[in-house]
Amino acid sequence: MMNSHDDKGIPHTTPRQSATFTADVNSDIRRAAATGIYDIRGGGAKRKVPSFDDLLFMGASISRYPLEGYREKCETNVTIGGLHASNPIELDIPITIAGMSFGALSGPAKEALGRGASMAGTSTTTGDGGMTPEERGHSNKLVYQYLPSRYGMNPDDLRKADAIEIVVGQGAKPGGGGMLLGQKISDRVAGMRNLPKGIDQRSACRHPDWTGPDDLEIKILELREITGWKVPIYVKVAGARPYYDTTLAIKAGADAVVLDGMQGGTAATQDVFIEHVGQPTLAIVRPAVQALQDLGMHRKVQLILSGGIRSGADVAKAMALGADAVAIGTAALIALGDNDPKYEAEYNALGTTSGAYDDWHEGRDPAGITTQDPELMKRFDPIEGGRRLKNYLKVMTLEAQTIARACGKNHLHNLEPEDLVALTMEAAAMAKVPLCGTDWYPGKPNKSY
Amino acid sequence: MQSFDLEAQGLRALNSVLHDQAANTNQTVWEINNPKGSHAIAVGLDAPIEVNVKGSTGYYCGGMNKQATIHVHGSAGPGTGENMMSGKIVIEGDASQYLGATAHGGLIVVKGNASSRCGISMKGVNIVVQGNIGHMSAFMGQSGNLVVCGDAGDALGDSCYEARFFVRGSVKSLGADCEKKEMRAEHLEFLKEIIAESGVDAKPEEFTRYGSARTLYNFDVDNAGAY
Repeated sequence: MMNSHDDKGIPHTTPRQSATFTADVNSDIRRAAATGIYDIRGGGAKRKVPSFDDLLFMGASISRYPLEGYREKCETNVTIGGLHASNPIELDIPITIAGMSFGALSGPAKEALGRGASMAGTSTTTGDGGMTPEERGHSNKLVYQYLPSRYGMNPDDLRKADAIEIVVGQGAKPGGGGMLLGQKISDRVAGMRNLPKGIDQRSACRHPDWTGPDDLEIKILELREITGWKVPIYVKVAGARPYYDTTLAIKAGADAVVLDGMQGGTAATQDVFIEHVGQPTLAIVRPAVQALQDLGMHRKVQLILSGGIRSGADVAKAMALGADAVAIGTAALIALGDNDPKYEAEYNALGTTSGAYDDWHEGRDPAGITTQDPELMKRFDPIEGGRRLKNYLKVMTLEAQTIARACGKNHLHNLEPEDLVALTMEAAAMAKVPLCGTDWYPGKPNKSY
Repeated sequence: MQSFDLEAQGLRALNSVLHDQAANTNQTVWEINNPKGSHAIAVGLDAPIEVNVKGSTGYYCGGMNKQATIHVHGSAGPGTGENMMSGKIVIEGDASQYLGATAHGGLIVVKGNASSRCGISMKGVNIVVQGNIGHMSAFMGQSGNLVVCGDAGDALGDSCYEARFFVRGSVKSLGADCEKKEMRAEHLEFLKEIIAESGVDAKPEEFTRYGSARTLYNFDVDNAGAY
């Protein structure tokens, strides 16, 4: 126990930790000083940012009547890509599985994502590393990512896809490429990526054969010609400049825009990138919807929002603000069993704790999901994982329907900003919905204060 | 020979009819007139047919080609032969930037010059250029061969993996982790074969080989200044 007085009897002041040099910050400095390398990790932004938690639905009242739960219909289906594609994607629920690579994830984990998504009536997405047979085989609707690295990219797989997603950026790292470290490069991963085993694999930050919106338009034309104008083409952008990025993607001919906020995960990138580049998911949705509305394309070109979506409440809020669907990545991994407390002792041995484990790039995942280690992979059962994901997707859907019915909506798409209020000034400004108890939000037109 | 007027019949009709050709098609030779720099000509082909484009092409001619031989009787725009898997593309004139980007296989021959980023991120294709190539060529090249009968611009083979580069003329500068390599018998033999197949005018012993020094294969902070 500390002495309360010094040896002359003068009281000590209470020891005071710095709000600037916190324990977290100091541990970062010590780690940097010991290694000389920046910290690389998986996941999305962990800092607290304004989020959907700062919004509330008002529910029904005298002026709005609700729908009866379990009795009156509340539809959840969504069609994506009907603008240019002859075979648009028809989903039963507006919650899709985001792109995650084979390489970052094990083959069985990709299979489980396909199984769960298919049972729930939604789509899953490939990632940086190409399409695996188990993923294609277990996914009723599979979106094929077209990435700067073009690892595993080939026209045969392209033609097997139900949609193509041109990846320009991702919320965790707008403007950044990827890095799959050598320890995860098994023979199979190396073979699919046409690189030697065991070396670090850089994924480029921009496409090798186009730059800018005019080129993108030609790239989309090429992909449509190769696939006979059958499948939708999405463009995925990070939450960087959502109004202009959405505008330019539509101008280039996209069928859908996938918009990923900074809480969206990555397999591996610099911590400084994840925490300091990009915008929160809450902040990007209204500018993107505004761009769609300004071009007369809202509900014609679909907006798929991702980045920290966790619950049916998040789904409902995203859709009320104008999104057509959402995508989940990190939440899907947790549903599969990532960061499960049952492996706490093993997380502790890795210097972390369940819930905080984010060194996915090291390939030592106790849950056997973000690994290529054959022994660790055995811990994960893709059938059970698929069942868990299906359950989770069903719960999210039921939750979103519960809210929509309470707001008197017979389709999730009928949720609207007028159903929402904000708990904070920041959220009110970002979502353009009134601060609770007021008729005002910062920046509201024709209001002066 | 089948003749197709691109200006009159349109791009969708062209690619559609070329995609419809089966492996055993009798219509093996096609002539495309009035290309006029159009984009995405003869993309995604997957049959052993010969397509002669009578003029210059825009972006991505022959993109993702499999099996087909595409002959451009003019110059070719950016990204020609991007992600090609197999087959052959011959360009009588010059090629713009990103020639053969990420291509996995087959052969691309340029009778003139190729611009910057020729063979960027190449994954197994062979590219032969009679003239010169521009800067940042074969950036992050993974595998395959780039044969240049003229000179190479700045930063050849920057951050390359296992792709090989053979240059007959000068190299303005080498990119990060790219170095001069010895010519062994196997390389001379490879050059002899590919020169014959490409129909370019050169002798194997006139070339110098370049490739990855492999010092950046696994991240090391002491190499950070190299990037």
